Amino acid sequence: MAENNATPEITRAVNAPKSKRRGSSMAKRNAIAGILWTLPFTIGFIAFMLVPMFESAQMAFSNVTIDIQNHSYVKEWAGLKNFDYILNVDPMYKRQLLESLGNMGLQIVAVLIFSYFVAFLLNQEFKGRAFVRAMFFLPVILSSGILLNLDTNNSLVNSISTLIKESNNAASRVTGVLEDILASGNSQMSDLMQTIFDLVNSVYDIAIASGIQIIIFLSGLQTIPASMYEASKMEGCTGWESFWKITFPMTSSLIIVNVVYSIIDFCTRSDNVVMSQVKAQMLQKMDYGLTSAMAWMYFACIGVIVGLVTFIISKWVYYYE
Amino acid sequence: MSKAKQIKLGTQMSYWERNRLSHGYLLRKSIRKWSISIFRAVLLFGLCFLIVQPLLNKLSVSFMEERDLYDSTIISIPRHFTTENYKLVAELIQYKTALINTAWVSLLSSFLQIVSCTMIGYGFARYKFPFKNFLFACVMLTIIIPPQTIMSSLYLHFQFFDFVDFFGIFKMITGKSITQVSLIGNGVAYFMLAATGMALRSGLYIFMLRQYFRGVPKELEEAAYVDGCGKIRTFIQIMLPDARPMLTSVFLFSLVWQWTDNFYSTLFFRKITLLTDNLGTIPEKLLQRSGTNTPPATAYGQMMTATGMLITIAPLLILYMFAQKGFVESLSQTGIKM
Repeated sequence: MAENNATPEITRAVNAPKSKRRGSSMAKRNAIAGILWTLPFTIGFIAFMLVPMFESAQMAFSNVTIDIQNHSYVKEWAGLKNFDYILNVDPMYKRQLLESLGNMGLQIVAVLIFSYFVAFLLNQEFKGRAFVRAMFFLPVILSSGILLNLDTNNSLVNSISTLIKESNNAASRVTGVLEDILASGNSQMSDLMQTIFDLVNSVYDIAIASGIQIIIFLSGLQTIPASMYEASKMEGCTGWESFWKITFPMTSSLIIVNVVYSIIDFCTRSDNVVMSQVKAQMLQKMDYGLTSAMAWMYFACIGVIVGLVTFIISKWVYYYE
Repeated sequence: MSKAKQIKLGTQMSYWERNRLSHGYLLRKSIRKWSISIFRAVLLFGLCFLIVQPLLNKLSVSFMEERDLYDSTIISIPRHFTTENYKLVAELIQYKTALINTAWVSLLSSFLQIVSCTMIGYGFARYKFPFKNFLFACVMLTIIIPPQTIMSSLYLHFQFFDFVDFFGIFKMITGKSITQVSLIGNGVAYFMLAATGMALRSGLYIFMLRQYFRGVPKELEEAAYVDGCGKIRTFIQIMLPDARPMLTSVFLFSLVWQWTDNFYSTLFFRKITLLTDNLGTIPEKLLQRSGTNTPPATAYGQMMTATGMLITIAPLLILYMFAQKGFVESLSQTGIKM
């Protein structure tokens, strides 16, 4: 960076005032340093990402057989056969894919709203804030890796939660009646209400999926200068107004970060149906061609969704410079 | 407040006095303030309870005897208190070996990850070089691509790995390779991934550290350069000490995620017993142990699984209790921005 080199250049100029070439060599040296610093990534990316990606793309279009004697594997070009199989023959894949994408859409909206709300709460001053924050980030530990998978399958612990929920009789009766009234109106409205009630019922899943998102929003909220709020208060702005005019625009760029993070998190976590299906197929059937095709199909869908969402949201994001 | 004191201090009046003078504004304001904080407290308590509840449930189940599970009068407090479950599960998942293995595997891979990611993040934040933006787009790509996409070919890649003849040129000529080794199983493959910034969520760490280093004022380094400090020395002596909170938080995240990960561990650590390996198969393990053909009751198996999960995350929970600040505060102060 130009400013970065400025001072060393001056010192060098004092030492050797005549040589003009020094400046460019400094830039060159910086460029070399930059390449060296990032060299591990370059190597890793080429060796462990680009090559496997290329191979796996090839595999998706071919039949793969393992040759144990020769310590290698053979790829045989098969065209679109694998894709044809997963889309038209495999009874599970297409349904799982669509279901997973649908769930993702709903869950991400819910996670975003929830994490924004919680971040807003946790950014306020109150007693025991550190403790509450620690609680909210506990899911980062509790719901990572295999634990999440086991948790969703553990009907014993889940049934205890239902018991506890039901023992709160009064509260559940009120919401039950409310649900009955709202969900049994005209069809469109009731569908919407049913979706909302389902989301509210799965608030635990949403809470444990939004640990990192809360941190990201919180970091955004903390960077808003207090002087902005002071100025708006002087002008007679209410809390509600200052939220929509200051807080929301100032953190809108983080919404993209969070959407992208949530999508990726949703797709790669261990209880994702499509991904666990891919892994199971690979370890059991050893059909590498088919599994590559499945994974690529999934990745293509996600890539398109991430691209679209980023494009749409970035249209109305406000950047404060 | 006494009358004499009030007169003495002049401005200090009782609350109601002040309220009267402000025409009730003070009262309204404090009611609003209190009701907001009560509402907030109730809400936060509820949400916290929601989050901790599964953990508490597991804890209560883990101390129950099997017959407590079928007693419908028992919800969460065990009637027949026992610690047998812990002993049994510890034996089933080979807790001692698995714990030691998990600890060194996670520590080593997190260490490698943090070294590589710090270097890479610093390089991206501070230097200008050709194809920098393209390379950074590649970092983003590694975050976005689900590891499952390249998993099968990466697996085969490491199964027939070749240190000398890396791109298979030699093999293409002679049709056979001598230096091939299988790196699957002992974890070497994974450590190679960690050292090159390709392991579990490395892309995210690179992104976070780059963001951090971009926020550090350049004057610090410039001063060091003026004083004749080399690039590497500047990095180690000037940048790293300041970055300690950020490095700690990245290290902690990487440690925790590595600890509970079973995606990479089933792929690359087959020969090493890790804590997450046997968690999913505890019911089968119980069946093997009993020596009969009748599988254990579902509830019993799940009770054991819950116990197993508890002892797996116990070290992490203890770590979190002490290093909670490192997880939360340093990260939320970084200011992650796009």
